Amino acid sequence: MSASAVVGRREFIRTGAAIGGGLLVSLHVPLAGRTSDALAAEGKDFALNAFVRIGTDESVTVISAHSEMGQGIYTSLPMLLNEELQADWSKIRVEAAPVDKVYNHPVFGIQITGGSTTSPAEWDRYRKMGAIARTMLVEAAARQWNVEASSCHVDKGVVIHGATDRRATYGSLANAAAQLTVPADVPLKDAKAFTLIGKPTRRLDTPSKTNGSAQFGLDVSVPGMFTAVVARPPVFGGKVAKFDASKALKVPGVKAVEEVPSGVAVIAERFWPAKLGRDKLTVEWDLGPNAALSTQQMLRDFTEMAKNPGAIAKKTGDPVAALKTAAKTITAEYDVPYLAHAMMEPLNCVVDLRADSCEIWTGTQFQTVDRANAAKVAGLPPEKVQIHTTLLGGGFGRRANPASDFVVEAVHVAKAAKAPVKLVWTREDDLKGGWYRPMWHDRFVAGLDASGNPVLWTHTIVGQSIMQGTSFESFGIKDGIDVASVEGAADMIYDIPNLQVDLHSPKIGVPVQWWRSVGHSHTGFSVEAFLDEVAHAGGKDPYELRRSLLAKQPRMRAVLELAAQKANWGSKLPAGVGRGIATHFSFDSYVAQVVEASVEKNGEVRVRRVVCAVDCGTVINPDTVKAQMEGGIIFGLTAALKNEITLKDGKVEQNNFHDYQMLRIFESPEIEVHIVPSTANPTGVGEPGVPPAAPALANAIFAVTGKRIRRLPIRASDLA
Amino acid sequence: MTSFFVNGKPVQVDVDPSTPLLWVLRDSLEMTGTKFGCGMALCGACTVHLDGKAIRSCVTPLSRAEGKHVTTIEGLSASLTHPLQRAWIELDVPQCGYCQSGQIMSAAVLLAENPKPTDKDIDEAMGGNICRCGTYPRIRRAIHRAAELAGEGRTR
Repeated sequence: MSASAVVGRREFIRTGAAIGGGLLVSLHVPLAGRTSDALAAEGKDFALNAFVRIGTDESVTVISAHSEMGQGIYTSLPMLLNEELQADWSKIRVEAAPVDKVYNHPVFGIQITGGSTTSPAEWDRYRKMGAIARTMLVEAAARQWNVEASSCHVDKGVVIHGATDRRATYGSLANAAAQLTVPADVPLKDAKAFTLIGKPTRRLDTPSKTNGSAQFGLDVSVPGMFTAVVARPPVFGGKVAKFDASKALKVPGVKAVEEVPSGVAVIAERFWPAKLGRDKLTVEWDLGPNAALSTQQMLRDFTEMAKNPGAIAKKTGDPVAALKTAAKTITAEYDVPYLAHAMMEPLNCVVDLRADSCEIWTGTQFQTVDRANAAKVAGLPPEKVQIHTTLLGGGFGRRANPASDFVVEAVHVAKAAKAPVKLVWTREDDLKGGWYRPMWHDRFVAGLDASGNPVLWTHTIVGQSIMQGTSFESFGIKDGIDVASVEGAADMIYDIPNLQVDLHSPKIGVPVQWWRSVGHSHTGFSVEAFLDEVAHAGGKDPYELRRSLLAKQPRMRAVLELAAQKANWGSKLPAGVGRGIATHFSFDSYVAQVVEASVEKNGEVRVRRVVCAVDCGTVINPDTVKAQMEGGIIFGLTAALKNEITLKDGKVEQNNFHDYQMLRIFESPEIEVHIVPSTANPTGVGEPGVPPAAPALANAIFAVTGKRIRRLPIRASDLA
Repeated sequence: MTSFFVNGKPVQVDVDPSTPLLWVLRDSLEMTGTKFGCGMALCGACTVHLDGKAIRSCVTPLSRAEGKHVTTIEGLSASLTHPLQRAWIELDVPQCGYCQSGQIMSAAVLLAENPKPTDKDIDEAMGGNICRCGTYPRIRRAIHRAAELAGEGRTR
């Protein structure tokens, strides 16, 4: 999805005095059909929806419409704004926005952090807000000095009139600036004049993340708060039949045990008694319709389904005719499992529910949706529900839940507790709690011409739709095709004249959700691993074949060439080490990776080095781009080497980090990231580093062992 | 009543002595810098020092702290002057940041025992700390950098 954005015509920029003095610049979205002036004439109050607040104490507070979950947005958005504002960078602070439509994502129209879209979508808006504030501060100074604004300039939060050597700080001008009318037109700097954008800039949130002061949802405490854990059914869709709370209630500190729609809540003074109380609970479950679910059976079913084409997602040329005339054909099937997000901070949510209000503290990516869902349970209009967004201890998509599962559950528990409650999920709750990356089966057929070039490519995909049954159906499902199921496949970047991508979307009772890089997390693997097979079947070097198929894709070709060059593609490696290459286009960014890996006699894989090249348009903070590529690569390698959620008799078989393992420091390769300079608009950074890692590794393993990896995670037993 | 020291200050806590130290720190003493990640000593997010040794507070009963000194991330240096904090800031190690208290506390014991650790030493000492954001390459560099900074401090 593309996300370039400008401040829309129906949004009116307003400024005013901030509470406690100073200037704020806000964006007011008027009600349909009425202008902000009309609203003003009616005497309506405008919410103080500031994007930047300048205090008389010289503080500069940037309000982030997007959640910080590690991707560095609490630094990138202030960089955009301050590129124009030109305040003293050391004075910049960041605050999470409240829920308000003024903070809606400029493209998606709801308050959301996801899809690697924040920087692309906010590229203009945050710069414009900074420019407006600066223009007004300069105007305020010019009026005080009785000079032309154009004869003044600014330097690190000080307005200067050079000719008369007069200076005034932003803080001293803020109140006067707040009285001025908003400038009609604020030109933005030319990229050549950038002093902050594109420069490696230290993250503003790092200090608080090194002394324990950073506040995550789990760290929130409100007066009179209880802590709750919920016993949930062992099978998705199960219900409480009956329960016996007598032993749980005897645990000192346990205050109440209450049935809620998702299970049985144990409400206690603190976490530990709540957890002990839950251990003592006896619950009889009505397991419901999914008690026989088995991922082994699903694998067989998916494989069977893939024998016939599904709904057509993409068709070019004449694949049927091309199959008949191909000099050589190859077929392969790929499998990837359900995956849990496994953020380090387990899900949690604090709710203070009153008769006429509901306050929520949580780390969420999905404020608008969560507020609407919470309001329904609370029996309040959405405006009476406020969400305080904390830092997120990882998100990866899980904290953007279409059903707001962890928020809704917390409101139910607070309702039952009749007191403020912190709902805590344990690691086991989190891993067994569903909303996984779907399990996928991919079947490919490729046809090669006499010189070994691919002329035909068919790709049948089997897996659950993420958007089906959610409020995003109309947005994400077109002609029966969930775009997230086929992204990275239907829009494959390689030029193959006869192409067909089709989709089966079986309905299965396992809740599924977007997981860092979404559909690309499986198509990146299967497409790039199969392309490697195609290269070898045609006697081509995998790098050279990709290069030739990218003749019409200069940006990806440049990224591929850069990665290959930096990795010394084609040079000799030590014995027992193989090299693999993969590219993937996702979230409008171009990424190529080269992996060097070896395989021990017992089949254990060692990833030694990863070289990554990326073109993500204009770079805001190069160090953040590098960090996101590094993290994305490790996320992708973790899935490739470690992760699998399996179900037997309807129950999730994994429990904690011993049977759902993470890559650790001693398994972590050396990573080099190279950025292709670009003046195009910024594109995604948080997710595009993930998809190429698994196929580049699989292709490296083939290079050293001759064994094809067609299912993830890679098992030592497949390679021993 | 269990009596012990947290970051040098004496504290007394009246909860069941089998309660994991993690939850005593977080819920009773309201020191939330130490994190809950797994509850089974598998991820290291809850790492604190007990008499100078790195322990997983999520599986350490309060009773084990009786009379002893507990150091948490809040006690490392609130003013951000510890070499590890300086190195972490210089190299911008954290992403989401949730695991970093535990990472830093594990690294602090490593450096106290081994002022010039090799990559292999780092792998061994830090192998119990998971970072889901994948900051491992930077953690490694930052530990080397902190060792340098600490060395400069000693020679001054």
